[in-house]
Amino acid sequence: MDTHTNKAPTGALSSLQRWLPLHSGTWLILGLCLLLSVPVLTVFSSVTVSSDGVWAHLYDTVLGDYVLHSLSLMLGVGLIVLVLGIGPAWLVTMTRFPGSRVLEWALVLPLAMPAYIIAYTYTGLLDVGGPVQSWIRETFELRFGQYWFPPIRSLGGAITMLALVLYPYVYLLSRTAFIEQSVCVLEVSRTLGATPLQAFRRVAIPLARPAIIAGLSLVLMETLADYGTVQYFGVSVFTTGVFRTWFGLGSSTAAAQLSAVLLLFILLLVLAEHWSRQKARYHHTSSKYTRLPRIPLQGWKKWAALVYCLTPVLFGFLIPFLQLLQWSTQTWHLLDRDGFLGMFANSLKLAAMTALIALLLGLFISYTRRLRPGLALRGVVRVLGLGYAIPGTVVAIGVLIPFTWFDNTLDAWMRETFGIATGLLLSGTLVAVVFAYLVRFLPVALNTLDAGLGKIKPTMDDAGRSMGLKPLQILRRVHVPVMRGSLLTASLLVFVDVLKELPATLILRPFNFNTLAIRTYELANQERLAEASSTALMIVLAGIIPVIILNQTISRSRPGHDSTT
Amino acid sequence: MFKKLSLSLLLACGVSAQADEVNIYSAREENLIKPILDLYAERTGTTINLVTGGADELTQRLELEGANTPADLLLTVDVGRLYRAKEAGLLQSVDSEVLNSVIPAKYRDSEGEWFGISLRSRVVIYDRQAVSASDLSTYADLADPKWAGKICVRSSSNIYNQSLVASMISHNGVETTEAWAEGFVANFGRPPQGGDRDQISAVAVGQCQLAISNTYYLAGMLQSADADERAAAASVAVFFPDQNGNGAHVNVSGAAVTKAAKNRDAAVKLIEFLVSEEAQAWYAETNNEYPVRADVPPSELLQSWGSFKADDIALDELGIHNADAVRLMDRAGWQ
Repeated sequence: MDTHTNKAPTGALSSLQRWLPLHSGTWLILGLCLLLSVPVLTVFSSVTVSSDGVWAHLYDTVLGDYVLHSLSLMLGVGLIVLVLGIGPAWLVTMTRFPGSRVLEWALVLPLAMPAYIIAYTYTGLLDVGGPVQSWIRETFELRFGQYWFPPIRSLGGAITMLALVLYPYVYLLSRTAFIEQSVCVLEVSRTLGATPLQAFRRVAIPLARPAIIAGLSLVLMETLADYGTVQYFGVSVFTTGVFRTWFGLGSSTAAAQLSAVLLLFILLLVLAEHWSRQKARYHHTSSKYTRLPRIPLQGWKKWAALVYCLTPVLFGFLIPFLQLLQWSTQTWHLLDRDGFLGMFANSLKLAAMTALIALLLGLFISYTRRLRPGLALRGVVRVLGLGYAIPGTVVAIGVLIPFTWFDNTLDAWMRETFGIATGLLLSGTLVAVVFAYLVRFLPVALNTLDAGLGKIKPTMDDAGRSMGLKPLQILRRVHVPVMRGSLLTASLLVFVDVLKELPATLILRPFNFNTLAIRTYELANQERLAEASSTALMIVLAGIIPVIILNQTISRSRPGHDSTT
Repeated sequence: MFKKLSLSLLLACGVSAQADEVNIYSAREENLIKPILDLYAERTGTTINLVTGGADELTQRLELEGANTPADLLLTVDVGRLYRAKEAGLLQSVDSEVLNSVIPAKYRDSEGEWFGISLRSRVVIYDRQAVSASDLSTYADLADPKWAGKICVRSSSNIYNQSLVASMISHNGVETTEAWAEGFVANFGRPPQGGDRDQISAVAVGQCQLAISNTYYLAGMLQSADADERAAAASVAVFFPDQNGNGAHVNVSGAAVTKAAKNRDAAVKLIEFLVSEEAQAWYAETNNEYPVRADVPPSELLQSWGSFKADDIALDELGIHNADAVRLMDRAGWQ
């Protein structure tokens, strides 16, 4: 592998570092990062407080289950997303088979499907009272218990549901990597006698490793943060434990400590990956790019490829989508149409606003880190990155604590000094909502932007510098045009994530403010799945459009390929 | 967009003290409460602002916002939550002649900090074919080995189960209840999963013979838009336990005026409206809950299940024993 990577020339950026409009800019970014880390730090700060024997109780009773189930969930989801993500990504990029053009974008569609919605849908289909098992009973004249059917509401079910909607992260990122791989590397491997499969295994995968790992870590963090699915399936993992301890046992301290343990899982994973990669860097060594000829698959291989790539689309999107559609036609007349458009607009507005802010913020953080890779910033960004692994409700409370503290302190001070009551300035406004979104989803944008920026050779910065450009000009005129694909990817991923987000919106929103996800949840929470389907369908439809744009962007992202045509 | 943001900022600043405004944090879902609030708003000209959400999360928000919270009224289900809010010092005492005369004393807080506005019972749902009502008697009997593998119930993370077990702790003490819970868990037909409707479906298809559920879930299934769900609900029946003892477990959905309420009087008036005959009848019909007033009849469907003896326990007890109940269920292995 080492032969295909080269070490970054240390100090390549040193000449630039003097040029950053230093103190103000760097400090501003550092400050912003710290601010966004507050919810994560709030969770960690709980570790020092005693929790009155709640841990002893947890240790004696349920903690073993939490650990075992959370680890199994991560392992299971991790393995399945690798299989569903990498293989199809390589097949649609490098080969041609029936349907490959369509599958190329269809494989991204499950990204638009929130995990809790796919869980509701499959439960409706596959549970004991659902149509599938009813059909089995009627057709074969069996009673329940006389036949075997996998229980959907189980650890295995949760693993399947999460993997089906999360694999697109691995698919997207590894496909980007495959597309961007220099033709030379692959051609060399072919002249050395490697078959396409060998080239895949020994060249393409190792080279795509950072992208695959990035995708996998997003998946694992989302898995750990998931609450809706595991709670619905009755699987006791860390997130369900957090809420049970918090509300049931009435110990917010022990609950925060459980969340801190959850974060330690992630931190260990990140560090393990970091160590295993050591100092290898993955810049492209050659800038010779031409469109790769795709290998037409023959005989059984093309059908095998079709089945392989169709499976995730079928189960991750088509089946649940059709089920939602069917329920929705049954219950369409019950829909409150007036409120509906408002909710739709609110969902889109929040998603667009957050995506834009996350993009700008992520870009500046990423670029500052490239110019000044200091320990402080690296550390803060790492902490910030953990936000994605924290359950939305915990993030929301982590936002409420400092926001209400700020509001109430300011209010008290203003009353005392000027006799003016300012009340709650930030809490209960969309500012708090968007802030919580940033805490959770900025890591997604950062991951993508870091990868995009990292691929640009440091010599590009030097070239810009030699032409007398200032750092921000280099960013605007050199980097941004080159990494247009990454920029769009980052903002669209955040957009779709916000569209699906539920718990933080629910707790932090202002009065009389509804979104599609909230209405869906409220109906599903009353166990009215069929009535929840119309809004669920709208979330999916609103998510499909950005997902398809996302795909087009990536298809055209091969460097040297003019993306404007 | 940014204009809107700053606009909402401005709106949040203006602590308006107009009498005709009520700000509500509601753990009742919007579709179950907004129609009746809209009716009230239209009739009285009151502006009603609503945020819905999980009861525990809203209580947490209320607590963190402290004296500056905009919320005047907290609407939630299950007395366990009302008790927690009261204990956290988030509510204030209300002395309203209307509320005190209309709501039976056992369904409101003795210090006037919260008021029940509708009732539900947690009952046994049984398979009409496999079980006869004469086989059933008490909650305690559900731990009898004769039901091994035959009972479906949702997770103990659910507050309805926590309150049921808390009531048993209050009646019988921790030790007896824990022994009961162990026997009960041993009778489970499957690991706890899903909601109450799912337990009823499981009974309908024969995975279990008994399920524990709140009354309105079965009623909702009987009136469902989905024909399969209606058919499933028709194959089961309701049994009210403990009719010769303490009576069937009853819980409330309730309303409480927050300690920091800036529109206290308007909030009290709204609660008074929620227990008016008109609102109670609407409640009964829409969500098939039992009215809190004795002079308003339940929905026809609920009447068809017959009247029953309700547990007279002081509802505070359910809140007091909540944490004990959770620990006990953890120990008994009730997931």
